[in-house]
Amino acid sequence: MSELPLKPRTQKSRKAATMAVAGGWGPGFIVKLILMALIDAIGIFGVIQAWRAGSTTILVVAIILLLVVNYVYFARRAIPGKYLVPGMVFLLIFQVYVMLYTAYVSITNYGDQHMGSKDAAITAIQSQHTAVAPDKDPYAIVVLQKGTDYYLATVVDGEAEYGTSDQPLEALDGATITDGKITAVDGYDIVKPDRDNWDTLQTLAVPLSDDASQGFLMTERNGTQAKVYLPTVRYDKAADTFTDTETGLVYHDGGKGQFVDDAGKKMPGSVGWRAVIGFANYKTIFADTKMMVPLLKVLVWTICFAFLSVATTFFLGLILALVFNSPRIKGQKIYRTLMILPYAFPGFMTALLWKAMLNRDYGVINKWIFFGAEIDWLGNPWLARLSIILVNLWLGYPYMFLVCTGSLQSIPSEMMESARVDGAPPLRQFRSITLPLLFIAVAPLLISSFAFNFNNFNLIFMLTGGGPLPGTGSDTKIPGATDILISEVYRLAGVDLGTPDYGLATALSILIFVLVGAIAAFSFRQTRKLEEMA
Amino acid sequence: MSAIDTSNVPLTNRAKAHRVKWWREVGWRHCVGVVAVLYSIFPLVFAVNMALSPGKTGVPDASKLFQQVTGDQFVTLFTNNRPETQVHFLNWLANTVIVGIFTAIGTVLMGGAAAYAFSRFRYKGRRTTLTALLIIQMFPQMLAFVAVFLLLKSLGEVIPILGQDSLVALICVYLGGALGVNTFLMYGFFNTVPISLDEAAKIDGATHAQIFWGIILRLVAPVLAVVGLLSFISSFSEYIIAKLVLTTPTKWTVAVGLYSLVANDRYAAWGLFAAGALIAAIPVLALFLFLQRYIVSGLTAGAVKG
Repeated sequence: MSELPLKPRTQKSRKAATMAVAGGWGPGFIVKLILMALIDAIGIFGVIQAWRAGSTTILVVAIILLLVVNYVYFARRAIPGKYLVPGMVFLLIFQVYVMLYTAYVSITNYGDQHMGSKDAAITAIQSQHTAVAPDKDPYAIVVLQKGTDYYLATVVDGEAEYGTSDQPLEALDGATITDGKITAVDGYDIVKPDRDNWDTLQTLAVPLSDDASQGFLMTERNGTQAKVYLPTVRYDKAADTFTDTETGLVYHDGGKGQFVDDAGKKMPGSVGWRAVIGFANYKTIFADTKMMVPLLKVLVWTICFAFLSVATTFFLGLILALVFNSPRIKGQKIYRTLMILPYAFPGFMTALLWKAMLNRDYGVINKWIFFGAEIDWLGNPWLARLSIILVNLWLGYPYMFLVCTGSLQSIPSEMMESARVDGAPPLRQFRSITLPLLFIAVAPLLISSFAFNFNNFNLIFMLTGGGPLPGTGSDTKIPGATDILISEVYRLAGVDLGTPDYGLATALSILIFVLVGAIAAFSFRQTRKLEEMA
Repeated sequence: MSAIDTSNVPLTNRAKAHRVKWWREVGWRHCVGVVAVLYSIFPLVFAVNMALSPGKTGVPDASKLFQQVTGDQFVTLFTNNRPETQVHFLNWLANTVIVGIFTAIGTVLMGGAAAYAFSRFRYKGRRTTLTALLIIQMFPQMLAFVAVFLLLKSLGEVIPILGQDSLVALICVYLGGALGVNTFLMYGFFNTVPISLDEAAKIDGATHAQIFWGIILRLVAPVLAVVGLLSFISSFSEYIIAKLVLTTPTKWTVAVGLYSLVANDRYAAWGLFAAGALIAAIPVLALFLFLQRYIVSGLTAGAVKG
């Protein structure tokens, strides 16, 4: 930009320059200025916040984004950029970055027992291996609550201090001290241990100082007294090892987010931390037969489900489109409006509605269509699969009907006429002209419909929840009879129940991505061939 | 035909043949149509029955259709008079509409702008960005829900409004998918607008912004309507990310809220769910019927690529 010529060199740039001057302070420019001022204000706020929170990554990203946006909108060049940048910013952060982050998580052990950083794990291990210090007096304490977080507060040398498991005792502002006891704290509630919060309070071990070996405060059942516990393990910072002071055993960092002994066995009662473990999650998926066999079944069902969904909806939609593709039918619009209702009704509601309709005891399907027979539609693996296909047929055929109708109407009428003139019988006309032309037009839509159903989480989750589940086993990771890959990812991630294993779940997500990508690339190539043939 | 009373006069052969022909060519199509319409709407009848049933939990007995009609479920929905369930239906509806509208507007504007850039400018890296988009859009955002969750957690520590439990954050996540899915649909449509129009405007001294806002966007209005509607509907139905992002019951969307009513088989409040579903479906249905004309052309425009 520094070597901007004084006089425009070409005719085109001269024209651009005069235009820019002419439209310089027009209403459009002022709107742009106001918008940019807003965006810059928000951006600078973000930068300040990131600086305050000490988050380098967010700080750097925010500054780069600010510079790029300002350059793009104030420079004369980069015109395509002006139209691409807004979408690209969101795409990069919430899609591309998230994809890459998924790939990263898939090579870590992130999940239950491996949630936090190594420092947090070291503190946690020390607080888990403790014994009451015999020579130290208990502290008088109160339990504080703020939202869902609990703290222990006490008086040290006349000053109120408080802390929680990952925050050693530090000065507490706004506390009222009467007779050496804390009686009230601004912004916090003083609570007593009860049946609901005891599980949390029991695990609350507040370090006395940054050095965890100084000991921890843990509250008694009465919530007014805390004994000092000393770790029975000693952490050696230089060697990065734990030594059990009772048995003398030494545990070192095993490199997989866990302290282990010399034989590689996990240190008893110790939590791990998030660490990169390479392709272990992928290895689990492919090599562990307990994992691999059910997943293969899930894969087969996923493909069958997606294929049958597309095939059945397309077939029904096509037939109806052919039936209605005649100008002589009166009231076409009314038929069409009523027929596409399932498509307009939000999908998750339909799936739940059908779940009620397929209810064994009171559902409309059993009561009306099967005369009160108690068929357990969603309880039997094969019936559940059949139900899913049928529900998806109801959900999806209006879309195919619309698409087929549109394509049928775009077939040039001269083509049909010339075939008729040539004396081709209707069936032949259909087979040789209508069907191929229609197919070329809708093939890309069939592929995207396949890809959509491949990951149709809502339908499966809402209708069967992936069930029926095999047996009543406690292992929540085993897929049910109707689980497709994406709902199995959800199961592995353990969001609703069970123990989360984000590493394994994301590894499976990446595999799904590769699969869908490969299928889509292959089929798009096939359709291109189809187009060339026509 | 109408002038002659044919009811008690035997049909002439010609009229009979005419009727048979009508049946063979048109009449049976009406029969098929009636069957298809019945197939499409009978679950909705059942939904209305559930919504008007008095029971608190469980699926109402379908054999007693419309025998006990009450508006209790609707009252509960709006007054939250059942202490054992969290029902903040008005909040859910408002949240969903806010998220849906902003997502739709953002998607239309950003997708339209990107499609304009791809369709009208030739610049370095154009093909690469197009191909990259094609690949990225195959990765459904939902697959990355774990990463979305973690990203929002760390963003929220810096800028709370972009963190968990914020509608703004949810809209941002949805807008992340704005370019991927819709740009191609729009791109194809933009290409059908003759470039000579732009050139004429350019000669008359219009800037690229004037061409975009004043000419192109108006000509592609049908596809904008379709994209806006589709993104509104998909954000309306999205469950998994909304569930992870929004944790407080008053901040839930309709999808998360209504699912919570029937998530537990033993306490499933099916009547309440049906009542909520029927009300929540109204804006979507209205939009859909209103834009029906555009939808049919928009969907097939994607099929017949330019």
